[in-house]
Parts: sequence; C-alpha cells; structure tokens
Amino acid sequence: MSEPTMNAPKLFGQAVVYGLFALAVGYLATRPVWSHFDASNARLLVSFTHGGKTAGDCHRRTAKELAELAPNMRMATVCTRERVPLLFEMSIDGSPVHRESLPPTGLRGDGPSRIYEKFSVQPGRHEVILKLRDTKRTEGFDYERRATVELKPGQNLSVDFKAAQGGFKFE
Amino acid sequence: MDIRTPLKLIFLWLEGWFDRIFTPAWNPFYCLGALGYFYFWVVAGSGLYLYIFFDTGIPQAFDSVEYMTHEQWYLAGIMRSLHRYGSDAMVVMTMMHLVREFAFDRYRGGRWYSWVTGVPMIWLVFAAGITGYWLVWDELAQYISIVTTEWLDWLPIFGEPIARNFMAPSHFDGRFFTLLVFLHIAVPLILLFLMWFHLQRINYSKTNPARGLAVGTFLMLLALSIAEPAISHEIADLAKVPTDLRLDWFYLWSYPMIEEFGAGFMWWFAFAGTLLLILVPWLPPRRRRARAEVNLDNCNGCTRCYDDCPFSAIEMVPRTDGAVFEREARVIPDLCVSCGICAGACPTATPFRRASDLTPGIDLPEHPIADVRERTEQAAAKLSGQGRIIVFDCEHALDTAKLGIANAASVELRCTAMLPPSFIDYVLSRGLADGVVLTGCREGQCQYRLGNQWVDGRLEGTRDPMLRKRVPRERLLKTWASPADGKRFRHDVEAFQQRIETLGDPSDASTRHPTKETAA
Repeated sequence: MSEPTMNAPKLFGQAVVYGLFALAVGYLATRPVWSHFDASNARLLVSFTHGGKTAGDCHRRTAKELAELAPNMRMATVCTRERVPLLFEMSIDGSPVHRESLPPTGLRGDGPSRIYEKFSVQPGRHEVILKLRDTKRTEGFDYERRATVELKPGQNLSVDFKAAQGGFKFE
Repeated sequence: MDIRTPLKLIFLWLEGWFDRIFTPAWNPFYCLGALGYFYFWVVAGSGLYLYIFFDTGIPQAFDSVEYMTHEQWYLAGIMRSLHRYGSDAMVVMTMMHLVREFAFDRYRGGRWYSWVTGVPMIWLVFAAGITGYWLVWDELAQYISIVTTEWLDWLPIFGEPIARNFMAPSHFDGRFFTLLVFLHIAVPLILLFLMWFHLQRINYSKTNPARGLAVGTFLMLLALSIAEPAISHEIADLAKVPTDLRLDWFYLWSYPMIEEFGAGFMWWFAFAGTLLLILVPWLPPRRRRARAEVNLDNCNGCTRCYDDCPFSAIEMVPRTDGAVFEREARVIPDLCVSCGICAGACPTATPFRRASDLTPGIDLPEHPIADVRERTEQAAAKLSGQGRIIVFDCEHALDTAKLGIANAASVELRCTAMLPPSFIDYVLSRGLADGVVLTGCREGQCQYRLGNQWVDGRLEGTRDPMLRKRVPRERLLKTWASPADGKRFRHDVEAFQQRIETLGDPSDASTRHPTKETAA
C-alpha cells in the first residue's frame, strides 16, 4: 500500500473524526441514564428454597417381600422420592399479593421448591403476612409469619425462609 | 435486492471519505480487525496496571477502585479510563468488522472458518466487559450482579437461585471477588486464544493497524480518558435498590432488554442470534465455485502461488509425478475461495503461449486463464481507431462495462490479481489495444485481501511475476475503483485515452521507450 502523505487539511479531518468517535464513545459509555425502578417506591424481595415433605407414604416391606429381593437390596422401609409442591401466600395490609404453588425441582421431582419474586411497594408502615404449606395437607398452612415493616423509599427488604430457624425471616 | 447491497454502498461511501481524510494506508475501515487487536492490547496493558492496586473483598474492592480513580488519578485513574474506553472501542470495532465482512460478502465459501470462529469471540468480549463492571462493586455492579444472576437462574440447572447471593448483605461473601477476578482474567485469555485461532486460515494477516492510525486512536483514547474520566457510582448496598444507573451501552444494552422482556426472551434472543450468526455462511444456499486446480505438467514447484494465496489454501508438497522438481503445489479445497490470484502468480500463465494449450500450473476450472485470453482478444476485436482501451476489472469492484466508455472494452476477472502481468505485454505488443487499464477494489479494500498489494508489486517489479520492462508504462493506467467510483473512473480513463492517442501504435517498436530489452 502506498505510503500516506499527510497535510494540514487531512490531519484536521482526522482530528475531527477522532473527536466525533471519542464523543460517541464517551457519551454512550455512561449515557443515557437507565432508570429501572421508581426511586420513590420500596422493594420486597421474596426468595427461598425449601423442600416439601415427600408426596407418598413410606412402606414397610413384609418378610416375604424382603426375601424376594437380593440380599444387598433388602431395605426394610421404602419411601417415595417425590416431594409435594409448596403453597406460598403473601398478603400486604390484608390484600392478597401473591399465591403460588411451587413445584419441586429435579427430574424426579425430589428437589427443593424455589421462589424468587420482586414486589414494588409503597414506602411506609405495612402489615405483611406470609404463609407456607409444605405437607400433603389440603387446608391451612404449616408456617405463618405476621410482621409489621417500615419501608423507606429505595429500600430493598428481603424475605427468606429457613425451616430450621423457625420459618420466614426479614433481612 | 440483496440485503448486503445497501450496507455495502454505505460502507463504500464512508470509506471513500475516509480515504480522502486518512489516506488508504490509515483508513480505519480497512483494518477494523487490526484495530480490535490494538484495543485489546490497550485494555490488557491498562488492566495489568489496575490489577496491581485492585483489592478483593467488601468494601475493599470498591475502595481500591476509588483510590485509583481519585488519589492516583494521574496514572491509575487514566489507566482505568483507558481500560473502559478501550473496551468500548473494541466492541465498536468488533461489530463494525462483523457487519463489514457481511456487507462485502466475505464470510462464505472458504471463509466460513474465520466467520464462525468470530462468533464465540463476541460472547467472550461481552463476558469480559460485564465481569469487569462487576468488580467495581458500586451500585452499577450491584445491578449487574442481580440481573445477570436472575438471567442465569432462568436456566433450570441451578438447585438454588444464584441471585439469592445478592438478596441481602448477609448473603454476600467477599470471596466472590476472587472468583470474579479469575474470570475477568481467564475470559480475555481465552479470547486471545480465539483471536489467534480466528486468523489461522488467513495468510499475511494484519493484526496491527498502521502506526499513524495506532498513534491517532491511542491519543484519542487518552484525550477522552482525561476529559471524561471513568468514575464509579455509590458503593453497592444490597439493602437498597439501585435506581438511576449510568449504563455502558456498549456492553450493558441487554440489561434493559432483560428487564423489559424477561430473562427467557433474552436467552432465546441470544441463542437464536448466535445460531443465526453461525449459520449465516451457509444461508442462503449457494453453490460453491470450483476450486483452483493444479496441473502438474505445467507446475515446476516455484512456490509463487503458495506465496500469493491470501488464505493459505496452497501447500507445497513433495513431487508425486516423478518430475525432476523437488516440490509441487497442492490446493487445500476447503480453504480455497476461488479468487484466481494463484493463477495470476503462475509464471506459466502467459498468453504468449501458442505452441501448446494455455494451461497454467494452477488455474480456475470455471474461469481459466485461456478463457481470459480469449475474452481479451474478443474485447480487442470490438475496438477500432485511436485510443483503444482494454480494461481488466474485478467482479467485486466497479462494473466498467456498464459505463459504456467509448472505444473501451472490459474483461472481468475474479480479482485483478488474477491477471498475469504478461497479459498487459500481450495486449500492447500484439497491438490489441493502445492502452490497458487495470482496476479493481479500492486500495486496502480488496475482496480477497491482498489483490491490490500483489498487483502493485508485480507492476513495480518487486514481486514475481513482474511486468516486463519493455512494456511502455505510459500506456498502462492503474486506477482502483469501487462501484461508487464510476464518475471518477470514467474521467480517469477518458483522460488516459486522450494521452495515449498522441503516442501512436503500441506494437510499433519505434513508439516504445528504448529499454534494454527492446534495444536488444
């Protein structure tokens, strides 16, 4: 390729091109500002993983059943692996906000159920009621938590669930 | 209409202006890939310096970046800005490189490999950029962390949502930064490996822009870094929702899409986009042109075709036909793009051959050199009077036949470098025309990368096969012209015709320059 010959107009033109490119890069590197959440609101983030109880009953094998099995497979009690779906319900200030059946994960449906949901809430004092069913029962809930929370604008309040620690907790 | 045509015309128009401002040697459009490399090294160099001062942990990561930005602004701060803007410029160059190669139809046939290996590089460029923004651990990093992990959680492969790591301060472990630093270094290293891989089927690949362009673009980055230094948002706080964010739209454009349309949409978008890009070289179906073929009876293993092939599609192997020569050329069909440059380089591809068939050592079966000679003679037969011109043009550049220039006839080639220089001698010495015009893609814009360069070398006598000294140079015009340069080309040719009309008959020895050969 031929050697470039430069002169003042060319160098000026290059400076203009570089300047325009820098302007575009500098602008788009930080602008326009992206506002994805109304700063005057607060956020309630509900997320937990929890395994429901097994869906079927355990069965105690009879002596005859055990005898039919290979010696290394004679487990006295067998239980189904599948877990029941969880039923989660949340209401704020008496109004139901979310109700969802959470299926177990895993190819055999034996993994924990999980939820990850975000709710935009007006700031101020609210009464939050959280309920969870993790057994085969058809009525009522196994865990329930009522709490009054004070939310500030822009606050992120998380709701987690740990059965070993007594159920729902706010963070 | 071909979807590429409007894109190509836009590029040609822009590149024409840039040729005037930068000259072809410094025109950034002709080295977009090399500029991508250059920005990569700017980012790597600045990143190495930043790594010295970067600390992992909460809040050490944020504090260390703040230290670099504000206290050591004169060096680390500028390095941080160079790191950011260099990365942004790399995205711009990568995308422009991709679109340009598409527009000029340089991704199909034997060139599929470079195209396809470029696709995963796009993912890696974005992965490297996003992990970089994550490391700062400001509100933007917090936002990126949450949206990225929510996006990943859409895949049903995680037992526990990984976004839960960012749901509250108590959930987050500062050791996470150790993993991130590892990723932010490992991903660019893999990218570098792929960049090397990307060029494996490119001969004489250009990985460095012209020095003047490199200096100019670096000074631009430096000036931008000083004028608009990269700064952080407030420190991340998982107890708050980050609201107004100064997104880097080069890297983070997908985040608003995830928020607006959902993680599932974005996965399908990314998956479908990637698949489409990978398949593009084979869409729509196009019959591949026949590859170059070696004719061993005429090949003496001189290596000129091997040296000139822009795509490493020719290898020199031990002789298989028992001839006295040590080696022979062999075409690697998968790499051949059927440009014909090899035939143009073959010393046996001379139109003066009459005793035997004009079968060069290497040739294109669908566009043989013998056919070029025949078409040249047919073109010459249409011309009469003074100022007869034969134009050898390239099928990818200006279609000179359509211009209808008086007393000029065109012979189209796959690439101008497909024309052995002896054809010019043949046309003039046999009096087939009074002048020869060589044209093709603009300088630096060759469809097959190196055509202009090889033609220049052959005419200037610096590259084999060379144009014989006896050929009167004043009867030869080389003027590169893209499809957008018709007006200028017509002007150049008509002026050339006027000049040669004063020179007389080209086959008359008395009108030639008294070179050593003609004198003998």
